[in-house]
Amino acid sequence: MPRIDLETRGVVKRYAGLVAVDALDIAVRRGSFFSILGPSGCGKTTLLRMIAGFLEPDSGDVLIGGQSMARVAPNRRPVNMVFQHLALFPMMTVGQNVGYGLARRGLARKDIEQRVGAMLERVNLPGSQGKRIDQLSGGQKQRIAIARSLVLEPTLLLLDEPLGALDLKLREHMKIELKALQADFGTTFVYITHDQSEALVLSDHVAVMHNGRFEQVGTPQSLYYEPQTPFVAGFVGANNRITGSASQVSGDLVEVTTEAGLRLFARRRGEVLPGAAVTAFVRPEVATLARSISSLPANQPRYQGTLASLLFDGANSAVLVREQASQTQFHIALPQTGQFADLAVGEAVAFGFDPERALCFADAA
Amino acid sequence: MPHKRLLLGLLLAPALLWLFGLIVLPHVDLAILSLRARVAPGEYAPSLRQYGTFIEEPLYWHTFVRTAVMSMLATAFTLLLAFPIAWTIAKIARGRARSLMFVLCLIPFWVSETVRTLGWMILLRESGVLPALLVQLGLTDQPIEMLYRDATIMVGLVYTSMLFMVVPLIGALESLDDTLIEAAYDLGGNGWSILRQIIIPHAAPGIVAGCIVVFMLTLGNYLTPTLLGGKNSLWFTEQIYTQFITRFNWEQGAAFGFLLLILSTAIVWAGLKLSGQRFGDVMRRA
Repeated sequence: MPRIDLETRGVVKRYAGLVAVDALDIAVRRGSFFSILGPSGCGKTTLLRMIAGFLEPDSGDVLIGGQSMARVAPNRRPVNMVFQHLALFPMMTVGQNVGYGLARRGLARKDIEQRVGAMLERVNLPGSQGKRIDQLSGGQKQRIAIARSLVLEPTLLLLDEPLGALDLKLREHMKIELKALQADFGTTFVYITHDQSEALVLSDHVAVMHNGRFEQVGTPQSLYYEPQTPFVAGFVGANNRITGSASQVSGDLVEVTTEAGLRLFARRRGEVLPGAAVTAFVRPEVATLARSISSLPANQPRYQGTLASLLFDGANSAVLVREQASQTQFHIALPQTGQFADLAVGEAVAFGFDPERALCFADAA
Repeated sequence: MPHKRLLLGLLLAPALLWLFGLIVLPHVDLAILSLRARVAPGEYAPSLRQYGTFIEEPLYWHTFVRTAVMSMLATAFTLLLAFPIAWTIAKIARGRARSLMFVLCLIPFWVSETVRTLGWMILLRESGVLPALLVQLGLTDQPIEMLYRDATIMVGLVYTSMLFMVVPLIGALESLDDTLIEAAYDLGGNGWSILRQIIIPHAAPGIVAGCIVVFMLTLGNYLTPTLLGGKNSLWFTEQIYTQFITRFNWEQGAAFGFLLLILSTAIVWAGLKLSGQRFGDVMRRA
């Protein structure tokens, strides 16, 4: 039985009658990287601040390392936080920043110096004790903010979208660095973000949060391939979202007919009754693109269409195809084989997909 | 380029004229005045006699030191009182409450300083409101004279200076990122250590700016110490006034004026050195 470092039991927080966090239960295993992913306003920041101790839950309890944190002030919790804008102390040097928490614990100056030096080496910034904060680059600041927390050896490190303020290139780099740091230190990380790519790349487990509740908690793979709710299917990764009604249900396969008359097949998730309003999801990489309908496998539904738009993005290139009969737009990933390199807008194309890999959810009544 | 320089010169002309005509010129004149002595009617010779008088006469330098010490004390009290007020306005109050509190700090300044100080006199004199109230409450047997005491002068000076401390402090505290305080708290800091290590270092330019303004205003204040302290006030500006107006000894008055200028410059310089602030940074906050 692995140890649980963070547990919340029925945590509720309301703001002026609105429920921000609604009876949440989490259990985060020691040493894991746990992300809370959700759009802005879903309550993830509120949840994080309750774990850190800046907010008191209206009901429920937060347990860290098995201890209840009720009425324990933030400066007494075995939790440290990396803030969204890092909140490094500009009036102190790098060394003083990293040593701040140790000094507050009353360690001797020599011990502090030695531990700060060792920590700076671990985050690859040896000898930067005397630097001012404004002399650091964005990535270096990030590492100092993490070092400042980890030097206190917390049970839990909370990270509040720390990559949000970085430019794209640096963000990609910091993702890798953050994952390596977590693996190196073995500290339990709880990371909140609205960026699904950050959550998928970094985490062992991800909780998708929506309207104060968890829609689904699981590994990045399970969220991507087996979303349990339409919200998760739509929020995690790109997806074609098609609404219609279930014109036929046979076993696990549902025939979805849209208002425009498009018919497609998808595997059902949960109960779907014939005639019910449904939403189907087809991932861009699930659909296969071809120049003519005859080159697609004959055992799958096939569609004809015209190329509406080319979305060139290197390895992530895609096309928008308008289905001929219903004029429905499909977002389809472009295979990297080069055979579509000369594709032009307005060209006639064909596409198809395996119904087993498309998903269908009954709409909430 | 020459056009730009000409334009800059023209734009700065009023300020430069004002600076030169109203500040530099009179001071040059005062300097000359303070460094001469009358040897015969209408005849003057260069002399350090005025400065000699200041050193020889204990009353003068006693008043001088007393004014400096009282002004520093008044600055310290103003800072201690203004800090919580500025903190409340900058960090705690929101919306209407915030504007209201700021207006409350401003309201006393809608009344002229003379009227305001006279108001204090009405409250504090022997036959005034406060001594009568104390008798009514049975705290004193008979009305006590509250005017003409050092404590009264101090209260008046702090009251007059409050706004000039609160405004730069609000500016300095507003620019402090709240997450720095949260981060410090999260890392194990407590109220006192956060105040000492995060808030005060951040607000230092604002604190020093407020202190300089309040100190200079207090040191050069004439009305408040004179009205509230009466003959006991022993304020140096009063000595200058006496030399110029009562004694008609302009040479001595000019020397005193210069000594006061040197004193305030020296104390401000020492304050900047002690707090490790640069004058330019501080003045941007004031």
